[in-house]
Amino acid sequence: MMFLRYALYRFGTMLLTLWVVSILIFVIINLPPGDYLSNQIAELRATGQADGVAKAEFLRKEYALDRPLWEQYLIWAGFAPGPSGFSGLIQGNFGWSFEFDRPVGEIVGDALWLTVLLNLAAVLFVYAVALPLGVLAAAKAETWADYTAGFIAYLGLATPNFLLALILFYYGQKHFDLPIGGMMSPEFEGEPMSWLKVKSILLHMIVPTFVIGTSGAAAMMQRLRANMLDELHKPYVETAKAKGLAPGRLLAKYPLRVAFNPFVADIGNLLPAMVSGSVLVSVVLGLQTIGPYLLAALKSQDQFLAGFVLMFVALLTLIGTMISDMLLVLLDPRIRYGSRGT
Amino acid sequence: MTPLLEIDALTIGFGNADPVVRDVSFSLQAGETLALVGESGSGKTLTCRSILRILPEAAQIRSGQIIYDDAKGAIDLLGMPEPALRKIRGNRISMIFQEPMRSLSPLHRLGDQVAEVLRIHRSMGRSEAKRMVLQEFEHVGFSDAERVWRSYPFELSGGMRQRAMIAMAMVAKPDLLIADEPTTALDVTTQAQVLALINKLQSETGMGVLLVTHDLGVVANMAQQVVVMNKGRIMESGQAADVLGDPRHGYTRKLFAAATSIPKVATPARAPAHENLIMELRNVSKTFTLRTTGWRELTTVFACKDVNLQVERGKTLALVGESGSGKTTCARLALGAETPDNGGEVLFYPEPNAPPLPVHNLTGRQRTSFQRQAQMVFQDPYSSLSPRMRIGDTLTEPLDIHNIGTRAERRDKAAEMLELVGLSPDMLTRYPHAFSGGQRQRLSIARALTLNPKLLICDEPTSALDVSVQHQILTLLEEIRSRAGLSYLFISHDLAVVARIADEVAVMRQGVIVEQAPPSTLFYNPRHPYTKALIAAQPEPDISRPINLDQVAQGAGAPSSWPEMFRFEGTSVPALHEIEPGHKVRCHV
Repeated sequence: MMFLRYALYRFGTMLLTLWVVSILIFVIINLPPGDYLSNQIAELRATGQADGVAKAEFLRKEYALDRPLWEQYLIWAGFAPGPSGFSGLIQGNFGWSFEFDRPVGEIVGDALWLTVLLNLAAVLFVYAVALPLGVLAAAKAETWADYTAGFIAYLGLATPNFLLALILFYYGQKHFDLPIGGMMSPEFEGEPMSWLKVKSILLHMIVPTFVIGTSGAAAMMQRLRANMLDELHKPYVETAKAKGLAPGRLLAKYPLRVAFNPFVADIGNLLPAMVSGSVLVSVVLGLQTIGPYLLAALKSQDQFLAGFVLMFVALLTLIGTMISDMLLVLLDPRIRYGSRGT
Repeated sequence: MTPLLEIDALTIGFGNADPVVRDVSFSLQAGETLALVGESGSGKTLTCRSILRILPEAAQIRSGQIIYDDAKGAIDLLGMPEPALRKIRGNRISMIFQEPMRSLSPLHRLGDQVAEVLRIHRSMGRSEAKRMVLQEFEHVGFSDAERVWRSYPFELSGGMRQRAMIAMAMVAKPDLLIADEPTTALDVTTQAQVLALINKLQSETGMGVLLVTHDLGVVANMAQQVVVMNKGRIMESGQAADVLGDPRHGYTRKLFAAATSIPKVATPARAPAHENLIMELRNVSKTFTLRTTGWRELTTVFACKDVNLQVERGKTLALVGESGSGKTTCARLALGAETPDNGGEVLFYPEPNAPPLPVHNLTGRQRTSFQRQAQMVFQDPYSSLSPRMRIGDTLTEPLDIHNIGTRAERRDKAAEMLELVGLSPDMLTRYPHAFSGGQRQRLSIARALTLNPKLLICDEPTSALDVSVQHQILTLLEEIRSRAGLSYLFISHDLAVVARIADEVAVMRQGVIVEQAPPSTLFYNPRHPYTKALIAAQPEPDISRPINLDQVAQGAGAPSSWPEMFRFEGTSVPALHEIEPGHKVRCHV
């Protein structure tokens, strides 16, 4: 019951944060002088193409770019009626991409789901790798196992992602016949979901997941190791030992549970780091995620497309932090009961 | 009869260094309690932990033998492989540790942690284990075992946690209980109850108890055999009655001399004059509003209520009480670190007959001057000195802040302070880690004294220290009080310490002063049941004077269980009455 109330409260604060973020995003995107259309109009005028100018002027009116910034924001977000009534983010209209000359929703449609899928896979990869390695490194601290794990981790942190991507593609193709580039084989693009398509996507995801996840996993592993080392010398570990608990179970039940908190709390930070960190990787690997669209939109001041992608990343982050907060409440009674243990 | 436990020529060391436990031998009979006594660094903890081999990784057992012999036959514990030893741990031999909070996992329910012992050693099912654990909880004195089963450690008080810890150690019915300073972290009244519980369990089960402690009073109340250790060696051992009644070794005598105790015969003192005050707390209350989390209601908690105190110039006023009694809040209020609720005020008199300064309503300049004149010494000398600053910098920092003197003058002052507290000026360039606990406490006293304050507020300055060091620090505080003309507001939970240093004592319980008098009056004629309990609970290093548990139980319980004359009814509390000159008691008249 209390948990439900907390979840609602947390959801409320999330919406509030999202609202503030939307203002920030809109303002920042509009900071550079002019907008996509006024730039285009100026260019068309200079080259004397009058009908193009007319269309651009029409779009400016249609998307209310001729109004003051705050009104533009309200219309974009869907708080105020635009030229065609209430039609903003809240109503599910993500705006028009001037660069691609198509609605934003249509452009990013598939990319959204692939982004979520890829990042989810990367997060799982991070946890799957960091958890055993971190625990192992802490339990066998200052032995060859620890040093090896640490060495691999630093290697993972230090290697540039795109370089790792190229290397993995080369060897993946050579030895395991893994596909190169893209999120699926070209013949499935635009096709309805099928078993073969799913298989193709999964195969294509192996290398990108690895590339995007490596540095996160390395950092996470080091953090878990440090947390575990702090816990291993706490008196409650001695108590558990004095009970006659075997080392493996002891480690998993006591210190790991405590060291797990920061591990869980990191979910929120992990998501945005991966999404923004994977832009370059997506470009290099030719992945149809929203990364490349974001890059293109930011370059050409395609404000609705850029705004939507940024809002989407913000939403992922907020959902991530919300999940980690709720997991923490479930995991740690001290947080749940709001008491401070000493 | 073969002993239950026999340790023979045990030697433990770290790395290539000299051994820290040398050639230690003793034996313990079933049904008997053996106390291992010593100060920190004496090797007593390492010795007791080597029995179950719960040692720091770097510790090596270099030689010796530990033979354990219960009804199931003799075992050589040191020669035993780890998996076999695990079957002994928590089952036939169990341990309880010093800090019940840190020794229990904060994230697991107590029921789960205690039942785990049965699941490991008895491979019991859930419901049967629960039944046995609940039984054990009742056995160790929990009235609502079911609630404890569901609780997390942080939901219980220190004494209750230690009871849960004892239940965990006892649930598998071991033949030997090793208790490593089981009551050191507890208040005296709680300590008395926990010690009584261990005694009761022992007489019921006939187990052997190996008790590690630094407190001769605890020894006198618990043990039949005593082993005194110092620097890794046994100094003296034998029957408790002999060792305590007639200590032969110089070190044991030194421990006795250092042990503070409440004077046996006290004569009432004259009432304090309260004429020349340095500080005064008038009707000071402090409430805290707890907002536990975003989705819970606010609760108001009284940290202290209607406190009236006068500190006389050149004298020591002691505040005594258990943890949570509000004594530290009073100290913080006196220093201006907390603001009292409306209606209360704290007055500071910089000079005799000078107009008082209201501590919570100072101008910027007055505040600076007040801060120079009132300083604080903290409880834990390990965490109250910055580990990254040289001692010289720590000592000159107050002078830097207040812009006093040139650089060279500040250095000279720091050197002078070191000498004043009995350290050598060539230690100025060292870091705190190079000092022992007692030396560090000297350093924090030196730091507090660099500004030549008039009032020193000491918050449990000796409770983190060994007895002999405690003795030295108290002597130092007494010396500098007369030499520098200081006044002390002295916070402590230990009546014996207070008996020695204070001119007047105020006993606090649940945020209010329950009794106030000069120490000898208080010990000669204690009126309040809580004061009586505090005095009774003080363990004396004399086996003919065991703790009077009835007296402790009567006063240490909830204020609603006190005799009618003293009882608190809900939030209404009787007033503080002066029953004889200088002796106030909170009671209905």
